[in-house]
Amino acid sequence: MSVFDGLKFRKVYSPIHNLDPRMKFIYVIIIFAVAIIFNTIIPLLTLFLMQVPFVMLARVQKQWLRSLRGAMFLASFIFFINIATNFFTQGYTLNAKNIEDAATMTTRFLVLVESFSVFFLTTSPDHLGLALEQTKVPYEFSFAFTTAVRFVPVLAEEAQTIMDAQKARGLELEKGNFLKRIRNYVPVLIPLIVSAIRRSLELAEAMEARAWGATKKRTNLYALKFNKGDYVLLALTTGVLIVAVYTVLYVPVPTIRALLGVP
Amino acid sequence: MIVVEDVRFSYPGGVEALKGVSLTVKNGEFVAIMGQNGAGKTTLVKHFNGLLKPTSGVVRVNGVETSRSSVAALARNVGFVFQNPDHQLFCETVDDEIAFALKNFGYEQTVIEKRITWAVNLLGLSQYRKTSPFMLSGGERKRVALASVLAWDPQILVLDEPTIGQDHRQKENLRQFIMQLQTQGKTIVMVTHDVEFVAECNPRVVLMREGKIMADGQGKQILTNSELLEQASIVLPQVAQIFKHLITQGFPLNIIDIYEAKNLLMEKLEKNKT
Repeated sequence: MSVFDGLKFRKVYSPIHNLDPRMKFIYVIIIFAVAIIFNTIIPLLTLFLMQVPFVMLARVQKQWLRSLRGAMFLASFIFFINIATNFFTQGYTLNAKNIEDAATMTTRFLVLVESFSVFFLTTSPDHLGLALEQTKVPYEFSFAFTTAVRFVPVLAEEAQTIMDAQKARGLELEKGNFLKRIRNYVPVLIPLIVSAIRRSLELAEAMEARAWGATKKRTNLYALKFNKGDYVLLALTTGVLIVAVYTVLYVPVPTIRALLGVP
Repeated sequence: MIVVEDVRFSYPGGVEALKGVSLTVKNGEFVAIMGQNGAGKTTLVKHFNGLLKPTSGVVRVNGVETSRSSVAALARNVGFVFQNPDHQLFCETVDDEIAFALKNFGYEQTVIEKRITWAVNLLGLSQYRKTSPFMLSGGERKRVALASVLAWDPQILVLDEPTIGQDHRQKENLRQFIMQLQTQGKTIVMVTHDVEFVAECNPRVVLMREGKIMADGQGKQILTNSELLEQASIVLPQVAQIFKHLITQGFPLNIIDIYEAKNLLMEKLEKNKT
């Protein structure tokens, strides 16, 4: 569950935590877009390193590193799949370009995980729901979304209990070949799904009992407002976007191969 | 036999749930572990089948050190019934549910059939053998979970909150059932908040508080010690409450059993008549 730990919000007071979630969301979207328009490694690495001060400022380094560690499995998967497809389609040969391309794809993935992780680590589910509501997303949807986010750790804990209960009945999750191992998880997944459905029905009843959806227009105790910090971030991200687009269009970015002089 | 020697345990988050616990449970003993929420009761019993391994200290079950053995190997001797049956039921029929553990332990098909029949009869589930466990009531699901553990006939049985969600009759059935298992020489460890249930069973009581054992003794002694119970956030059983007030009338203090209480009161009434 280390990936989820790397995304779990903890209350910390930092300039980043105080930012408007809508602004942080714009930031994530722009980082996403920039990561996708580049397909060479140097700009992507720059993009990756550029966000580190942001993480430091938010004082979430530990959790952030954990989320990256959790992403390592998928990252190495992406790297090797890229290598392998080139290796097999090129008649069992590899060159420096293939390796750099694979590294590029992996870095792009890590950039995405990085910005995503920063967003979720510094934004409380409540703020997120508020942001969705204030951007005129129907309350039903924003509520469903925040509830889903809020229940991730609850479900993770429940999955652990279920695993314990089945292990106590002699289930060995790590036993057998690949297919058998997947099948081993059936006794864990079924109770987990059943209990999640039961829980959601109970939640629905409890909400209705507290007059959920009684009026069309809801009022909020807190309202989100753009502050100085938000405008600073807006300026920064817009700057990044402009520089990125300009670079893609007019600046030839060298590859590491070219810098090292490898064919 | 379960031997716990100076066990400390910290959860990955850093919370120290056990702070030096030592305890011996002999074969054939019936022990109730009590204490307020977060006292470390469930953490302690999860060490008995190796679901948790001590951070320091040693837990031995029948001489085997749990940190050197797998949960599956330990589970052969230690049956663990979890608090919520919904955390383990997943099969299409009650029969399959009970067979699950037996298959994991590698029993023969014919033996599995026999054990299922034995277990469903024992817990009064024989009419539900082909029913989906999800269609059963809460109490019945709890019994299916119990049957699925009893089926492999473990020597030691750990019950986590067995009385939660059970009506009075089911509780009484459970009590008789536990007594029956005890006469068969089974070791039973029960984690519970249900002070009345413990008073009726009168087992050895281990009282826990903040990761330590604060008292250990016969139910009669522990459950009538109001100071001790207050520290553990437990109220006296009702019978003990009455006798606490009757102490001025010359009654003994350590009474938790209803029949014993009735006899004492009848005696007194008879005496007053004459």
